Amino acid sequence: MTPKKFEYIEANTVEDAVSLLVKYKDEAKLLAGGQSLLSLMKLRLAAPQYLIDLNKIDGLSGIKEHPDGGLSIGAMTRHYMIENSDLIQSRYPILCESTSKIGDPHIRNRGTIGGALCHADPSADSPPVVKALEAEFKLQGPNGTRIVKAQDFFEDMFTTTMSSDEIMIEIIIPKLAPRTGQSYIKFSRREGDFAIVAVAIVITLDEQRICTKARIDLSGVDSKPITATKTEEFLIGKELSDAVIDEAASTVPGQVKPGGDVHGSAEYRSAMSEVFTKKALIQAIANVGSLN
Amino acid sequence: MTKLVKLKVNGAPYEGEAEDRTLLVHFIREQLGLTGTHIGCDTGNCGACTILYEGRSVKSCMMLAVQCEGAELSTVEGLATDGKLHPLQEAFWEKHALQCGYCTPGMLMAGIALLKDNPSPTEQEIRLWLHGNLCRCTGYISIIDAIKLASEKMKASPN
Repeated sequence: MTPKKFEYIEANTVEDAVSLLVKYKDEAKLLAGGQSLLSLMKLRLAAPQYLIDLNKIDGLSGIKEHPDGGLSIGAMTRHYMIENSDLIQSRYPILCESTSKIGDPHIRNRGTIGGALCHADPSADSPPVVKALEAEFKLQGPNGTRIVKAQDFFEDMFTTTMSSDEIMIEIIIPKLAPRTGQSYIKFSRREGDFAIVAVAIVITLDEQRICTKARIDLSGVDSKPITATKTEEFLIGKELSDAVIDEAASTVPGQVKPGGDVHGSAEYRSAMSEVFTKKALIQAIANVGSLN
Repeated sequence: MTKLVKLKVNGAPYEGEAEDRTLLVHFIREQLGLTGTHIGCDTGNCGACTILYEGRSVKSCMMLAVQCEGAELSTVEGLATDGKLHPLQEAFWEKHALQCGYCTPGMLMAGIALLKDNPSPTEQEIRLWLHGNLCRCTGYISIIDAIKLASEKMKASPN
């Protein structure tokens, strides 16, 4: 299979790439790792006239510590770097865990976090995790940079709030409160498949083990990664007994709108959203206090 | 319209013509004449086209040839030296890790990439590493055994 003809342009700087986007608008696509885009192009589901390669731009890749305890991850940082980062593992283990579930090792050697987020596949691993971690994305366009919250970024299937002349340059993850637990559980038939359902949870308890904050985000059960807002609200102020966890999980199916496919019917995905939210809640609570 | 792409493969300089849309695997096979790298699915699933790009394993149907200007690639042709099989190839032979052989170049390059980063992988690590490479003959057990054997051989006589 061969993509439809296009013109390949190598950008040397972000400014370079932005000015090409301004010039070619919707006729151009950005090439990051290419592990989703090239598939779409080979299937002729995407047929850009101009392909702007970001791989030669310096400074878009890497993991940086913030003085306040947060982290910045360059948009062109490849999945294998994130998966194997001790720094990320020590602070946001769910990001390493979820990244290790993407595709296969060869895909992860090439694919990038920014590319995966901008692709906005509703069943992908990274989106629910960055949402649960309350990450922000730094985007650069012709008028400079702006920050968008992960929570506001994903609009619909393969659709984000980015405009056609913007580039994601950085993912910023804030420091988590003490006594916070994280979990990510992905359910798929085979290793490396897209999720039938995946749940990312970041939960904070007080000294009395009362829930003070909960972030619950799911993949695979809607046209975009979604937040189980009602479940989050239900948990706040409660001691997380087995009965509370059961009741919380039972509120999830009412908040999802899955489609059905060969991997699982809509009813099945909906039922599994409850099962895996429960599992992920139990795991996140068990992980409270496991990090410094 | 084509471009001249110059690169190194298995340490030797190569060059060939590529359209912007030419996939790396087609370029390696048709322009460079290195047909050891196989095309299986052409969709990034099967791993038959696995090579090393700048030392890391990639599926060569998931990159463009024009992205490889000045790059260093390793393909299955570079494994044997002076007519002597690489320890991983020997191990595949000894453990009967191939039947039809179609997936073998990809399996070998995936194995090389694994052993480079992790000279003593556990069985679980080998299994996880290989899930991007499909084999329809062996049932994988003999491939896993071969990688384990190669790990021992390579530790015994590192070069």
